[in-house]
Amino acid sequence: MNDVIIVGAGVVGCSIARSLSRYELDVLVLEGKEDVASGASKANSAIVHAGFDAEPGSNKAKYNVRGNAMFEETCRALHVPFIRNTSLVVAFSEEEMPHLQKLLERGEQNGVPGLRIIDQAELRTLEPNISKEAVGALLAPTGGICCPYDLTFRTAENAAANGVKFLFNKPVKTVSSENGVWTLVTESGETFQARAVVNASGVSSAFLNNQVSATKYNIQPRRGEYVMLDKSEKGCFRATMFQCPGPMGKGVLVSPTVDDTIIVGPTSEDIDSPDATETTAFGLDKMRRLSTRIWTEIPFRKAITTFSGIRAHETTKHDFVLGEAPDAPGFFNALGVESPGLTSAPAIGQDLADEVASKLDAKKKETVSDDVSIWPRMRELSTEELNELIAKDPHYGRVICRCETISEGEIRASIRCRVGARTIDGIKRRTRATMGRCQGGFCTPRLMEILADELGIPQEQVTKFGGESRMVLSRLFPEEK
Amino acid sequence: MSQEIDVLVIGAGPAGLAAAAAAREAGCQSVMILERDDAPGGILQQCIHPGFGLHRFKEELTGPEYAQRFIDRVNELQIPIQCRTMVLDITPDRQVTAISPERGVQLFQAKAIVLAMGCRERTRGALMIPGTRPAGVYSAGTAQRLVNMEGFMPGKRVVILGSGDIGLIMARRMTFEGAKVLACVELMPFSSGLKRNVVQCLNDFDIPLLLSHTVTQIHGRERVEGVTVAAVDEKRRPIPGTEQYFECDTLLLSVGLIPENELSIKAKVPLSPVTSGPTVDDSMQTEVPGIFSCGNVLHVHDLVDYVSLESEVAGREAARFAAGSTPVPAAYTLVKDGFGVRGCVPQRIRDAGADEKVAISFRPADVYRNATWQIRAGENILLKRRAMILTPGESQRVELPREQFKGIPEVTVEVVMEEKK
Repeated sequence: MNDVIIVGAGVVGCSIARSLSRYELDVLVLEGKEDVASGASKANSAIVHAGFDAEPGSNKAKYNVRGNAMFEETCRALHVPFIRNTSLVVAFSEEEMPHLQKLLERGEQNGVPGLRIIDQAELRTLEPNISKEAVGALLAPTGGICCPYDLTFRTAENAAANGVKFLFNKPVKTVSSENGVWTLVTESGETFQARAVVNASGVSSAFLNNQVSATKYNIQPRRGEYVMLDKSEKGCFRATMFQCPGPMGKGVLVSPTVDDTIIVGPTSEDIDSPDATETTAFGLDKMRRLSTRIWTEIPFRKAITTFSGIRAHETTKHDFVLGEAPDAPGFFNALGVESPGLTSAPAIGQDLADEVASKLDAKKKETVSDDVSIWPRMRELSTEELNELIAKDPHYGRVICRCETISEGEIRASIRCRVGARTIDGIKRRTRATMGRCQGGFCTPRLMEILADELGIPQEQVTKFGGESRMVLSRLFPEEK
Repeated sequence: MSQEIDVLVIGAGPAGLAAAAAAREAGCQSVMILERDDAPGGILQQCIHPGFGLHRFKEELTGPEYAQRFIDRVNELQIPIQCRTMVLDITPDRQVTAISPERGVQLFQAKAIVLAMGCRERTRGALMIPGTRPAGVYSAGTAQRLVNMEGFMPGKRVVILGSGDIGLIMARRMTFEGAKVLACVELMPFSSGLKRNVVQCLNDFDIPLLLSHTVTQIHGRERVEGVTVAAVDEKRRPIPGTEQYFECDTLLLSVGLIPENELSIKAKVPLSPVTSGPTVDDSMQTEVPGIFSCGNVLHVHDLVDYVSLESEVAGREAARFAAGSTPVPAAYTLVKDGFGVRGCVPQRIRDAGADEKVAISFRPADVYRNATWQIRAGENILLKRRAMILTPGESQRVELPREQFKGIPEVTVEVVMEEKK
């Protein structure tokens, strides 16, 4: 039996796992999908929000501002990129300006530092590409950007380095307790037991909570569609450009990413299925239309990919539900964590871990590993460093992904690490291979070969992201002996 | 500590091989090719169908056979090809940084460089096709590599979006290997591939070509389960009510090729927005002195035979540049795209050069039947050509004596007396 089982290996589940790994506890993470960051954590705006949006006093407000302040240290420890590029909420008419004032006051109430309203002239100086319609903006210097899947993966990797176990493809179907022991049964009938359960299962979180608590919640899956523009557009905006919420809705944002691409989105649409991550003609059209408010000449011919993510919107409280369920001792929720969930994750992880550890009377470990399985990134090394590395491991001299300059060594390392890639998308999110402008056109066959080699499986069993997502369906000739 | 090379060729596809051989044959002793793949030959190695070399060798070769002739030639000339070597950077003063597992980081100082990196395929993401993101969506070239070089079948029931030549070839190839190709769907009212490929790869196998149609949605969570196809109006927008569903496990995309000029941009080589390749003169020299460009990195070709010809010019001229024997032109003739013409290459012609003939090629901007195209300098017609049909899928090429351009500041290539469709 484990001390703690965390259901869900998104950024929240992994953050809790990492914080819990500081305690003398046996921790198991059960993830329904094939990899970490397989839900909202892989498909969101990648924004570290300043915290002026949330209702004062809400969990969203509290954890947003606290989480934001933790980001430098968290990302430094995990070796993931983080840039405080500032956020701007742009008003497109004088009528919208009072709303910026409202946001500023709300932000100050939430404890967001440094907020100020800037006029058109300053806005144009800061962001020359801003639409001529823009009249002013709220500037939030603590707004930032990070890579959500890199953050999740390295968080998991550090948790694993400190003893947390991860099991994938284990969708939890039922949860129940007897005599202080929690029993989780997966869809395939496997049973796992623990003294405490943390429910960080995103869109499934109400489903699990409602099995054990009289306080019922409801998760409404909410889809947001995005488009990513080529890094050739780097520099179009320095800050994350939000639109002032108005009669046209919240609007879409345009932001640089830490990988130099430009992200545009999201739309917001309530949908029936938590799996409906398709993009739609309607959604993409709407996003195109709305984004031109910020960037009149936004070059969609530079699109490299479109995607959508599903947010877990809780409809009774409209807030994060965090902590032990009042009538289910040992069952802890991190439920309804939608935006600003990424920003809040480090703080949520810390608080929930402390709460669980206190419940289980766990002591802090004396030594903690700070290992996150960092591997050398070819494009970041000097000639001397590269030569030294290639002499040791020639795989680092073979470029596999041309567009992003990713070597075979990096790809193999991403498979060999503790929470290693098992799929093509797993490699993609750990290394950026296939994320460039050719979208895997050249390197896909190479990645299949390397993955099959590392895992000791035939290539026709290699999947894009688990399940039936096989890359190829058959072999033309019998395998050579 | 950089290695000095007279002519350094980037890429050992058909363009690079031909350029290197020509540079050596023009007397350059120090020629080297850098190739990122494991072996020379480029994309030709996966083009195992026949149809190559009809112009060049007056016989029908497969892609690998065509490539082999040039590989053999390069080997006979003892030109080193360094494979598994990725060029990371080129500077305008022709310093080249490359990396390989065997040699680590290498620095070269070249007297002349020939850019021959080829092109890549336009992706699903670039088209922003809505739908799910399952396995089973491949660009046609990636599928061609999987089938012909890796020995795998991406799927069994296939829809092809776009009628580029690789898509057409793959329609036939997948059919040969037992797959059912349900349709080839083309947004435009005409095929973007060669007529002969439409006939030999679609018509001969009863594969429908749906012109003025597009894929409006991809279905299937893990693997592709189907695609929705709709007719499009004159503005290429889907027409509601025309949707049809194709149940399939694979969607191949053959929706355009893009010259891969990432390195050219690093070397500050100006590119043409029309061809997406460098702007060059008739020696294939870019606007950066000593940097030449040829093959699909310069502009997308339909026939490799012309890649070879063009690349031989680039190789020869690079050798002359390296030897310091390039005549300095006193004047240029600019070559402009006129009505119905897109992407003339070269964009300018020197008044002096070692070659007496100058080749101009372009793509028709639309389909024109019983049309005439011409090269015009003011009122003066330098050349007139009649054609039964001009289509964007078939580029046009002509050779003219350099003499004809003497003293002419600008010529326009244009379609005239067209009777559209």
